[in-house]
Amino acid sequence: MSEELCYSTISELSGRLGRGELSAVELMRAVIARTKEVDGRVGAFNSFDEGDALAQALASDGRRAKARAAGADGRGRHLEGIPVGIKDVISVAGQPLTASSRMLENFVSPYDATVIRKLKEAGATCWGRLNLDEFAMGSSTENSAFRATSNPWDLERVPGGSSGGSAAAVAAGEAVAALGSDTGGSIRQPAALCNVVGLKPTYGRVSRYGLIAFASSLDQIGAFARSVEDAALVLGAIAGHDCRDSTSVRKDVPDYVGGMAALAQSGRRWRLGIPKEYFGGGLDPEVGAAVQAAIDEYRGLGCEVREVSLPHTKYAIGTYYIIATAECSSNLARYDGVRYGSRSKDATDALDIYFKSRAEGFGPEVKRRIILGTYVLSSGYYDAYYLRAQKVRTLIRRDFLEAFTQVDAILTPTSPTPAFRKGEKSADPLAMYLSDIYTIGVNLAGLPGISIPCGFTRGGLPIGLQAIGQPFKETELLAIAGAYEGRTDWRTRRPRL
Amino acid sequence: MPKPDDLRLDHVANLARLALTAEEKERFAAQLGDVLAYVQQLNEVDVSGIEPTAHAFPVVNVWAEDVPEPGLSVEDALGNAPEKRDNMFVVPKVVE
Repeated sequence: MSEELCYSTISELSGRLGRGELSAVELMRAVIARTKEVDGRVGAFNSFDEGDALAQALASDGRRAKARAAGADGRGRHLEGIPVGIKDVISVAGQPLTASSRMLENFVSPYDATVIRKLKEAGATCWGRLNLDEFAMGSSTENSAFRATSNPWDLERVPGGSSGGSAAAVAAGEAVAALGSDTGGSIRQPAALCNVVGLKPTYGRVSRYGLIAFASSLDQIGAFARSVEDAALVLGAIAGHDCRDSTSVRKDVPDYVGGMAALAQSGRRWRLGIPKEYFGGGLDPEVGAAVQAAIDEYRGLGCEVREVSLPHTKYAIGTYYIIATAECSSNLARYDGVRYGSRSKDATDALDIYFKSRAEGFGPEVKRRIILGTYVLSSGYYDAYYLRAQKVRTLIRRDFLEAFTQVDAILTPTSPTPAFRKGEKSADPLAMYLSDIYTIGVNLAGLPGISIPCGFTRGGLPIGLQAIGQPFKETELLAIAGAYEGRTDWRTRRPRL
Repeated sequence: MPKPDDLRLDHVANLARLALTAEEKERFAAQLGDVLAYVQQLNEVDVSGIEPTAHAFPVVNVWAEDVPEPGLSVEDALGNAPEKRDNMFVVPKVVE
C-alpha cells in the first residue's frame, strides 16, 4: 500500500486526493515511511524535516477542505498535497542549505527561492534536502562532502550527478517528483542513470533566484518525475518571469499538459534529427542499441527521422570546462568566511580568514574548478582560454540552430554509459568530465532537453534517451517525449530495494 | 593558447585566495595539466570574425521600478554570520 502510493504519478495522486480517497497527510506519511525504510541504503537525503513536511501536508488538506466547502472542485491544482523533493542547493526558508559542502554545513536559508515560493503557491509540500555533488560540481554525487548516494538499481554504483539525490529519491519512491539544477547535464544524466524523467528547461524559462550559483550563464532549475506529464506539471508550476532574476525571460507560461495533449491529438508528424557526431567512439554498445531501438519506435509512430550534423560537438567539453569553471571561480569568491559559511578557527588576520576558510570549507573538485577558472580568467590567459571558449560557444549554438531549421527536435543518448561503479572515475577528473559529452552542448546553447527511460542493459541498469528541443518550445519537446513514453513501459519498472 | 605547464599553481591559488597543501598542489597540477592539455583542441577552431557568447539569450538593461520593498531583517541577514556583535559582522582587526 505504502509503496504503491510512493510510486504513483502526480496525475494519479492528484485524482485520488481530489476525490477524497486519500489525504495529503496520508500521502506524506507514506513517503516518510518509505524514506525511512530505504534511505539508509540509498542515501538520497542530506536531511529531512518530518514535522515540517507533515505540517505542510496538513495545511494542504485544510486548503482542499475549505475549497470544497466553498464549492470549488480543486481542478487545475495538480500539485496540491504532492511531496516534491528539493535539491540541497535551492533555498527553502528556515531549512538547511548546504550545497553538500562543509562550507555551508550550518547554513539556514533566510528566504524561499522563487521556484519554492511557486511550488508552495501551487500547494506542493517541499520535502527534504537532496544530496548532490558539492556545489553541483560533478557527475556522480561522489563529490558530496557528506555521503555518496547510491543508485537504487545497483547500490554499488553511482546515481549520476550532480542532482544524484533528486534522481535516486524519485527512483526509490522517496519523493513523487523532485527539483534539481542542470549546468551541464546535472538533471538529465542522473535521470537517465536512475530510470526517471529529467527535464532541463530553456535557459531563462525558470527563475534562478534562490539557487546557489555555480555557472550563471548555464544553470537552470528543472524537474525529476515519474512521467513526462508529471514533469510538465512541475514545469508549469515553476516557470515564468521573475524580476529577481534578470536573465529570466518575459514570456507567458503555456499550459504544458494541455498543449502536449493537443499536439498528441493532432497527429503531427515530428521531424527528428539524429546527430551523427553523438554515435561515435565512447558510446556503450548496449546504450547505443537501446537508443537506436527508441529511434525506430519513433519511425513506427510516423515521425520523419533524418541525420543532422553538429560539427563542433567535439569541442563542447573543452568549451564547457573553461566557461563553467571561470563562472564558478567568480561565483564562489563570495565564500570568504566573513558574512556566512564556515570560518576557519585558525585564522589570525582578515586575509587569513579567506585563505584558510576556503581551504577547509571546499572539497577537492571545487578547489580544482576554482583554480582552473581563476587561471583561465587571469591576466595573460583570458583571451587564449576564456574569450576563445566563448567564441566556440557561439559556433556550438549555431550548430543547433542550423539543425533546427530542418528538424523539430534532436534525439541522442543522454549518457554514453550506464551507471558506473563508485570510485571508478573519481581519481580522474577528465574521465568524469567526458561522461557529460551528450548533455553539455544543450546548456552552452541554452536549449531545453529531456531524458526519458528507454531500456535497460542486460545487467539491469537503466538507459536514457535525450530529446533536445528548440528554445522555449518545451510543449513540443514534452509532446515528442510523451509520444515515445506512451509506447513503452520502461518508466513503470521499479528497482528492488 | 599557452602551454598547459604554464599553470603556476602558487600564483593562481593566491589570486583565488585558496590555501593549498603541498600534496594538493602536486595532485592538482597533474590533474589540471590533463584538462588543459585536453582543451588545447580548441586551438583547431577558426574563430576569426566570431562574436563571443556570454549568454544564450542575451537580455540587457533590465530595470525594476524604483519602489522600496521589504528586504531581509538585520536579524535574518546576520543569521548565518560566523561571528557577530551589535548588528555587525566581526572580523580580526584590519587596520592598526
